[in-house]
Amino acid sequence: MKPAQGVIAPQGLRTGRTVLDVARIREDFPILKQQVHGKPLVYFDNAATSQKPQVVIDTLNRYYATENANIHRGIHFLSELATAEYEETRNKVKRFLNASESREIVFVRGTTEGINLVAQSYGRRFFKEGDEVVISAMEHHSNIVPWQMLCEQVGARLRVIPMNHDGELLLDEYERLLGARTKLVSVAHVSNALGTINPIGRIIESAHRRNIPVLVDGAQAAPHMKVDVQELDCDFYAFSGHKLFGPTGIGVLYGKARHLEAMPPYQGGGDMISLVTFEKTHYNIIPYKFEAGTPHIAGVIGLGAAIDYVSGIGLDAVAAYEGEVLAYATAQLSTIQGLRIIGRAKEKASVLSFVLEGVHPHDIGTVLDREGVAIRAGHHCAMPVMQRFGVPATARASFAFYNTGEEVDVLVRAVRKVLKVFG
Amino acid sequence: MSELSELYQEVILDHNKSPRNFHRLADANRRAEGYNPLCGDQITVYVKVEDDVIKEISFEGSGCAISKASASMMTDSLKGRTTAEAEALFDRVHKMLKGEVNPGDDSHDLGKLAVLSGVCHFPARVKCASLSWHTLRTALKREKEVASTE
Ligand SMILES: Cc1ncc(COP(=O)(O)O)c(C=O)c1O
Repeated sequence: MKPAQGVIAPQGLRTGRTVLDVARIREDFPILKQQVHGKPLVYFDNAATSQKPQVVIDTLNRYYATENANIHRGIHFLSELATAEYEETRNKVKRFLNASESREIVFVRGTTEGINLVAQSYGRRFFKEGDEVVISAMEHHSNIVPWQMLCEQVGARLRVIPMNHDGELLLDEYERLLGARTKLVSVAHVSNALGTINPIGRIIESAHRRNIPVLVDGAQAAPHMKVDVQELDCDFYAFSGHKLFGPTGIGVLYGKARHLEAMPPYQGGGDMISLVTFEKTHYNIIPYKFEAGTPHIAGVIGLGAAIDYVSGIGLDAVAAYEGEVLAYATAQLSTIQGLRIIGRAKEKASVLSFVLEGVHPHDIGTVLDREGVAIRAGHHCAMPVMQRFGVPATARASFAFYNTGEEVDVLVRAVRKVLKVFG
Repeated sequence: MSELSELYQEVILDHNKSPRNFHRLADANRRAEGYNPLCGDQITVYVKVEDDVIKEISFEGSGCAISKASASMMTDSLKGRTTAEAEALFDRVHKMLKGEVNPGDDSHDLGKLAVLSGVCHFPARVKCASLSWHTLRTALKREKEVASTE
């Protein structure tokens, strides 16, 4: 067998057996064969968005080429076909998250819309002046701003769980924040800026002891580890399809049925009603109550294909393999003088944020790009995190199961080149 | 010369390492903050204008090499110029950054600023290089306090 591109670097990833046939997996992702600036693409910007396997691309193509129709309203063949596929994906998501019922799965545009939906529907119905919502110091802006908007609207207050210098939440402080005024806790499962895996099981338990519901921002967790919403017992869980190897513009909000039933609709329009007269409108049952208008049907069906694909690989294997890549990358980058890793939590997933002494992350990004290495440089939509660590920005490499130790070596060489340019 | 070494020329790296006029200006009578939300670059430009002439100009802030060097060179090249000259130079710099002028063509009178012409090969970096200029323009016009490249 010829040594295919994408095999594990011999000097790397020795820590465990290699749980995935990465060379074969890479064949499924056409974009990974690309060159940029004359160099093989090394795609380390998976936390921003992931690449799509051919099967997802084909599914979108097949849908538009042979099945396209509106759903829940046609009595013709294509509409029935599209409706069946759309609803079958809801079942897939239910199994993927181990939700107890498929009506607890609401299709939204992405994590951002999922959180806004809860803030505007649940929040506006149940929050009063003086109530509090608890978030954490490492949230993405999309889990900060919707709550600030709600606070503004109802006179509620935002409380923030602090973290230590490794990027781990201070749970004692968290416990102290919970009180009679706390109406909701909303935290990231995995931090996109630091990679920290938060102990959300414990966070949920503490909140539930006081009957406080918890929303989990799963944008960075769903693509990297098995999520079981019943085991976690979270009240809401949001994630984005595009970070899970699916299309952009589609995401999922899981909500416990009793919450969703008690919540008013988020938007009004077609599909979310059962009867409309000019005097009164009767809302549809859940989840349709929250899916106003023609949804992103192709996106939903494409997401279904993505879920099938990752489930086929197995998220436990994905988590184990990515853990090896992260450990290898951490060790290799740590050998570079002047490089500081931001986010050193004991529990981390797939994100490696770093700064180089004397070089702005944006300049790192540009030099790396010319080496074919795609990373993100900036504040990662988590400006409070940057402020916490006293840096204007970081460079962030984020991994997926199709990345390899060899690619990490390319990254490390490219970072050394940065030092040469700015030496 | 590769595009990368054209971007990070010696002069630029030098201005990045030791930016000129990099301090606040106590007696400035124009001031504006600029901010590039894409990468978190932040800059404050201070100007002392008398009779439409830029007597003093300085800046503060944090940013990448390109934005810092560009701001540093901007302050260097504007001291003693009229605000109208500054405005005209802004237009020429902007054209250069977008790759619309030939830096070898003297008629554009870009002077030392021509070393920034390599930026045009890096569309994502044009905003870094133009941030200080946008901020200056805001300061001179005092339209509003915060300039943004967005
Ligand atoms: C932790 C986290 N939450 C929320 C989001 C927002 O996701 P989207 O832009 O897909 O709505 C992201 C995306 O970067 C994220 O990383």
